[in-house]
Amino acid sequence: MIDAPIARVWEVLRDFNSHGAWHPAVGESQIEAGEAADRVGCVRSFFLKDGNHIREQLLALSDRDYSFTYCILEATLPMRRYVATVQLKRVTDGERTFWHWESTFEVPRDREREFADLVGRGVYEAGFEGLRAYLRRGPTGVRAAPALPPGEPLAGQAVVATAFGGPEVLEVRPVQAPAPGPGQVRIRQTAVGVNFIDVYIRRGEYRMIEPPAAIGMEAAGVVLDVGPGVAHLLPGDRVAYACPPPGAYATVRTLAADPVVVLPEDVAEETAAALMLKGLTAEYLLHRTHRVRAGDWVLVHAAAGGVGLLLCQWARALGARVIGTVSSEEKARVARAHGCEFPIVARGYRFAEEVRRVTDGQGVEVIYDGLGREAAAENLESLAIGGHWVAFGQASGAHERFPDLAAKSATLSRPVLFHFTAGRARLKEMAERMFGALRSGTIRVEIRHRYALVAAAEAHRDLEARRTIGPIVLLA
Amino acid sequence: MVKVYTSCVIEAPAERVWARIRDFNALAQWTPFVADSRIEGGLPSDKVGCVRNFRLKDGGVIREQLLALSDYDYQCTYSILESPMGVENYVATLKLTPVTEGNRTFAEWWAEFDCAPGRERELARRIGEEVFQAAFDSLKALVR
Repeated sequence: MIDAPIARVWEVLRDFNSHGAWHPAVGESQIEAGEAADRVGCVRSFFLKDGNHIREQLLALSDRDYSFTYCILEATLPMRRYVATVQLKRVTDGERTFWHWESTFEVPRDREREFADLVGRGVYEAGFEGLRAYLRRGPTGVRAAPALPPGEPLAGQAVVATAFGGPEVLEVRPVQAPAPGPGQVRIRQTAVGVNFIDVYIRRGEYRMIEPPAAIGMEAAGVVLDVGPGVAHLLPGDRVAYACPPPGAYATVRTLAADPVVVLPEDVAEETAAALMLKGLTAEYLLHRTHRVRAGDWVLVHAAAGGVGLLLCQWARALGARVIGTVSSEEKARVARAHGCEFPIVARGYRFAEEVRRVTDGQGVEVIYDGLGREAAAENLESLAIGGHWVAFGQASGAHERFPDLAAKSATLSRPVLFHFTAGRARLKEMAERMFGALRSGTIRVEIRHRYALVAAAEAHRDLEARRTIGPIVLLA
Repeated sequence: MVKVYTSCVIEAPAERVWARIRDFNALAQWTPFVADSRIEGGLPSDKVGCVRNFRLKDGGVIREQLLALSDYDYQCTYSILESPMGVENYVATLKLTPVTEGNRTFAEWWAEFDCAPGRERELARRIGEEVFQAAFDSLKALVR
């Protein structure tokens, strides 16, 4: 299914030589003998990026039926009698196009599966993704690809933790982003999100780096180039990601392409950098780990924090009643303005009494707990019978042991974002729902704190001193 | 000859959608506009040639004959024998195609018919939107 009118898709596909521009597996291609690329009988001669060479002949083409048929004349692959038909159909319900691509062919008997997979996925499905990416280039279909010498590393800057410790261990150092290998993408980054996990990693509490190493889990920017096998991205695409390994505090970066998503046109890179990690977290917390329903009582800790503000807004839009804990009156005002009906200014992790008062002694159906150890007993006390305690973070230290859940017939979840974002299909779903919520105004991203990338240490100081409200973005 | 074509994407596997619609006597169970339906002469409702006789919620009665049914192609074709719509030589086909990418269904419904001059646009719109698309919308909600 292609999100474009049939005429637009056909305009590209009817050109028998266009696959070099949109198919990620196709390298150089040309029509033999200087014939027109829509003339029945013409032959295209092309190289796949894996080095194989193929000659294919156009057997039929119908502008009325939006369809064409072609066969392989010659190939360095053991395929015989390959005949394929492409057929487009209009989806009248929404301006989309149904693309049917079907073929029959012969290969050595024991290799049928291998080739069915190669053609079905490696050629057809990769082609669908490739054409989608191509059409996103805009009406001209011209790639805004920055010219890069192939295979060359690119120099940039990164913020590196030179040792485990305080913000002072962060230093700006020159780095090289290597040319992307198979499955990789190289991004010129324009905005980087700052999260508490960066602080844990810098301090050595989460052992995810060995100093000296760059830190940072999320960023947005523009694709410079992609390695072999990457179908969903093209040079010039505006993209964002939130994923391990750390290393996002950088002006250029080469990383695995799978966790990288293309940004909708209406989402600024700065917004994406501020939103990816926290927004995807809110998405799985509210829609996957626990499905929040209208009328539920929800307790959100650090309600004026990056994830907290998103949880308050989104849970409220789902019809839940939101109680939040914050550390100051000012943060209480911010949380209230974002859908938190009952902000509690909690000192020393004391909030259960207030939660029980607000809920008439019932407690809450679900707790979104990023506080960790210090708040454990109060959390259990705040929970309704049969409630769900979702411990997704540990600002006050890791849980050594959880209190007796039987006291509330409680369910405990200890979810990790990167498990949910690990599959491309699910990640795409999560990102679409998140950007949808942003577009509809269900969640708002208000960036009050911007720093230059080289001032990352300053950003960490402010974050750790709790001087910030909402997301922090470093601009490269 | 007037032609109408309507298509949509349904977020469910084709076999599940087909299970809902292959019964020629099941219109009342999946469209929003049919009140009740019976097969004339006690024939099985998947026998080619059988006639469904159904009443619309607005009171109109329609008789349609099953011309072809393929479980292999997820496709059925039928004609109108009698209706209050004022159409002649009406033949329609409903077809599902599995979408391999995402295990969804591409559903198509098209018809060709003759009618009194001047009524072509109105009838094409009514059949395309108020019949085919409306039935698709209700089907989408049912198989979700």
